[in-house]
Amino acid sequence: MSSRIDVSIEHKHAPAPDGKRHPNTCPSCSSHYRDDELDSALWVCSQCGHHFPMRARARIAHLTDDGTFAEADADVRSEDPLDFFDLRPYSERLAEAELATGLGEAIVTGAATIGGHACELAVMDFAFMGGSMGSVVGEKFSRACDSAAERGAPLVSVSASGGARMQEGILALMQLPKTVCAIADLHDAGGSMISVLAHPTTGGVLASFASLGDVLLAEPGALMSFAGPRVVQQTTRERLPEDFGLAESNLRHGHVDAVVPRPELPDTIAKLLGLFGNAR
Amino acid sequence: MPGEAELRLRERLTKLRQMRLLGGANLQGELERLQRQLDRIAAEPTDEEIWRSVELARHQDRPYTLDYVHRLLDDWFELRGDRARADDAALVTGLGRIDGRTVALVGQQKGRDIKERTKRNFGMAYPEGYRKAMRVMELADRHGFPLVSLVDTPGAYPGVAAEQHGQGGAIAHSQATMARLGVPTVACVIGEGGSGGAIALAVADRVLMQENAIYSVISPEGCAAILWRDASQARRAAAAFKPDAPHCLELGVIDAIVPEPPAGAHVDHDEAARLLGESLREALDELEGIPGDELRRRRRAKFRALGVFV
Repeated sequence: MSSRIDVSIEHKHAPAPDGKRHPNTCPSCSSHYRDDELDSALWVCSQCGHHFPMRARARIAHLTDDGTFAEADADVRSEDPLDFFDLRPYSERLAEAELATGLGEAIVTGAATIGGHACELAVMDFAFMGGSMGSVVGEKFSRACDSAAERGAPLVSVSASGGARMQEGILALMQLPKTVCAIADLHDAGGSMISVLAHPTTGGVLASFASLGDVLLAEPGALMSFAGPRVVQQTTRERLPEDFGLAESNLRHGHVDAVVPRPELPDTIAKLLGLFGNAR
Repeated sequence: MPGEAELRLRERLTKLRQMRLLGGANLQGELERLQRQLDRIAAEPTDEEIWRSVELARHQDRPYTLDYVHRLLDDWFELRGDRARADDAALVTGLGRIDGRTVALVGQQKGRDIKERTKRNFGMAYPEGYRKAMRVMELADRHGFPLVSLVDTPGAYPGVAAEQHGQGGAIAHSQATMARLGVPTVACVIGEGGSGGAIALAVADRVLMQENAIYSVISPEGCAAILWRDASQARRAAAAFKPDAPHCLELGVIDAIVPEPPAGAHVDHDEAARLLGESLREALDELEGIPGDELRRRRRAKFRALGVFV
């Protein structure tokens, strides 16, 4: 904190005005940013270090060596196997998500190099329907495992997901074993996987591929819990610890190997790729 | 649409019909069973029928894992504890015999009275439960015992300690363990197949589902609370995501439906167990003698083919 006089005291406990917060307001220190400021700061708050969600394209640009990313399977699209209709049809939600995000699905996959090391990438985008995993996320992730095995390059995954996509019903649940089996095939082929868990990685994605990397890295403050805090609170009436399900708590309890601030991720991943690449 | 499951059933039915001269009563029973499954697919369940499945799957008199164990397995010996931390009573594991052959069994266990329910945590396992299951899966693999898994859970337990002990990772690793097994594996959803807590035990060579069981990505109440922002819309949610057995068969998520007594498994535990036993034996017979590598390859290929996209 700076030594300037804090004039915000009387507002500190005022409830946040509902739905009126600008998305670029830091939820932990309330600093305001323009898009371009956040973009150049890797979507990390320069005041307090809070990690904002990072879009898949920005993430790939940040992690990979310039111009090395070659996207795969960009044209795979979801179907609506159940004719699912809640308040709106699933097909409409899909179309809207594609328009809003410019992405065909909640995951972007392809080949690239990081610090000169070849790898296969699978990066999720929370902006596409909460990063939920349906048939397409499962399929694209599985194909990424296969091409990693074929090329003899490690797989780097970055997850950001609320869990399985309810609109695809039981088929969404089946993407858990699907991605798990794809990783088993990758491991049998001698391949390796580095899993980066970004905020949030919860539900079915945490309960499948995100937890199965040879090395697990988490971003600071990332929620990584199977059940979300609200569900836990409602089901158990337990008082939740302040850092419930956060990366730091998971590190303490032995569920991740390191909590790595975003600016350090490319170097950390490059080092790991070097270590794993050395074995072949 | 004629789903893959339907085509597969039709094919088997045609084959069996041609063998009629060789067959005895058993074959006739098999024919009728397949025909019934086919009829069930053809007759799309109504929203009311789907909700009835939800209610029956959760019926308090429905047979639970140990009810089946005691009727189907000889020389049952329960294996307890994850060898690291605790014994989770919400998930039972053990060894026993079916037709003389030793099998390992894992399954969630619910309780019928308040005391038992609390002890069993309503069939909602902690990571310790899944780690116990993994230990027993690996034991089965070491000794060549087929694995039978009975799935009956509202879901893995959502609690602070469960998270701190690594619930998500435990479910992921349990699936990975099943994907690696070189022994025959048969899973049957006997009540509620609730989300991650269910799939943790269901990455099997044959996945069966009882007629009135449900298998879903989220509970109807949970889905309603999120999508309709109103948990009382559970009936509508269930109708939308279709957790019933016929729909799961149509989508290729399960391999066969296990019949129940006409009024449901809860009215006649003995008959329900007999019917389940028949299906389990049939599945185990089909898988017997297939080399481990081949089982693994087919199992993974099966799960990797699930999904619908363009």
